[in-house]
Amino acid sequence: MKQNLVCYRTFEEKSPSSFETYKKLNGYSTWEKLLKGKMKPSDVIDAIKAAGLMGRGGAGFPTGLKMSFINRDKEGQKYLVCNSDESEPGTSKDRFIMQKNPHQLIEGMAIAAYTMGATVGYNYMRGEFMTEFESCEKALKEAKKAGLIGKNILGTGIDFELINIIGAGAYIVGEETAMLESIEGKRAMPRFKPPFPANYGLYGKPTTVNNTESLASIPVILDKGPEWFKKLGTEKSGGTKIFSVSGHVAKPGVFEIPMGTPFKDLLELAGGMLDSRGCKAVIPGGSSMKIVPGKIMLNAEMSYEGMQSVGSAIGSGGVIVMDDRTCMVEALACVIKFYEDESCGQCTPCREGTNWLHQNLRDILAGKGNIKDVDLLVEIAGKIEGKTICAFGEAVAWPVQSFIEHFRDEFEFYCKNGYSKVKGK
Amino acid sequence: MNNKREFDSSVTKKIDTWKKKFPKEKPESSIIMSLRFIQDHYGWLSDKHLDMLADYLDLAPIRVYEVASFYSMYHRKPVGKYVLGICGSISCMLRGSEPLLHHLETKLDIKLGDTTKDGLFTLKEVECLASCTKAPAMVVNGTQYVEDLTPESLDKLVDNLRQGEQT
Repeated sequence: MKQNLVCYRTFEEKSPSSFETYKKLNGYSTWEKLLKGKMKPSDVIDAIKAAGLMGRGGAGFPTGLKMSFINRDKEGQKYLVCNSDESEPGTSKDRFIMQKNPHQLIEGMAIAAYTMGATVGYNYMRGEFMTEFESCEKALKEAKKAGLIGKNILGTGIDFELINIIGAGAYIVGEETAMLESIEGKRAMPRFKPPFPANYGLYGKPTTVNNTESLASIPVILDKGPEWFKKLGTEKSGGTKIFSVSGHVAKPGVFEIPMGTPFKDLLELAGGMLDSRGCKAVIPGGSSMKIVPGKIMLNAEMSYEGMQSVGSAIGSGGVIVMDDRTCMVEALACVIKFYEDESCGQCTPCREGTNWLHQNLRDILAGKGNIKDVDLLVEIAGKIEGKTICAFGEAVAWPVQSFIEHFRDEFEFYCKNGYSKVKGK
Repeated sequence: MNNKREFDSSVTKKIDTWKKKFPKEKPESSIIMSLRFIQDHYGWLSDKHLDMLADYLDLAPIRVYEVASFYSMYHRKPVGKYVLGICGSISCMLRGSEPLLHHLETKLDIKLGDTTKDGLFTLKEVECLASCTKAPAMVVNGTQYVEDLTPESLDKLVDNLRQGEQT
């Protein structure tokens, strides 16, 4: 299987992050074509639509369609924002684009911004990503020196300012409107929608927010053609996807592979199961997605439709593998603790509900569970789902519902006996 | 910094440079990073620092306070010179982050959230660091990643930091 064809294509080069390496791979050629008028903004949107690129951050919204929501001819400031807040548990992929292929992200942002008529783009990295920030700053300096970013680029009269910024620790910043609030220097609390960012975004101006992997895919799609990209994947899931495989595998790692790759092949890339144990369960798309029993995953393919058919989703591509020694009550408690910590506190069902869920799970783990608690967990989750301003509510509910759907016996056992069915007394 | 109501010039220089990343009429956009610059310089964020930043950016104090109390990388109380943040999220938990946390509690003779008596170490549990494929992972002082942790590698890290203080 061919790996590293799109966002990670510089990784095998001697100095992967350098300007020279990127130029050698025909980098910035699409941006120059656009600047010289050899390609039109509408061509860009058509190509991205034809390539079948969907948002790689988690929601999977078609990227070309999202870009078409902005009217580039409308007067006034518009913004592009790159979401590099990578924080979804199990997800570790965008940081490597920024470390080792920052120029491709810069070109992707330039192309996307110009296509939508935005002259300013922010790349928002999570607060811990100082290494990535420095790598992006270095690359930006090189791109500016080459005259490819800034004012009056290559004498064309076109402007694009790219600005790297860094946060201060909050999972919710990854929600696109929360990110806009954060750039505005506020608490990262998601906005009520509508209005959507395309109408009322950063500083109230039309804005598009895209994930790092989505934006970094754009230059390759345009350079090699949408058909080339689409054919790497399946009919419904074009191109490649970066999967970070963590948990109980022998060689955890990050793999950029064609969409539609069987899960068992991905597992093999990650060295197979740790200590050759059985694969009990997998969360295929970051901890907000539904958990899938191992035996079902072993027959599934990694694509939007493949994951949908097993009742979950590709999400961010954070593949969390659990072996047969894992206690599902402990695992769910860990997942829910995350959401309790990271709830922004704006909506009551989420703020209070995450706390109740965690308290309930802690009681079960302390041997104070009651058999009724299992249904109570599902009930609380159902009262958060769909009742919050942002999708965080679903992100809390889905793990609870799916863990209990597939592993109810373990939860009931813990409640009845006061100890883990898997780990014993 | 005693009773001086002025930031060190190295701090204001950084704030002024960062402000240029945002529209002129939006000084509040630079609150988030300004707080980091202040914390990096003074070790933590006191109420006085927050008031001073509000003054400096010409904003109502609440604008600064609400940010400082929201984001997890800010310290609103004094912390040790080295803040060890062990990831406790699912991928790290599956690879044994919890026993490692207890190992550090024993090694440093403190509980989670506390600071050693010599003021060198504060122990924190943090949420997912995006180091899931190199779990268990931690950050030292917010941004220095240490990955693929074992009890031995943690001992070495702590011993080296201690030793560095003595020389």
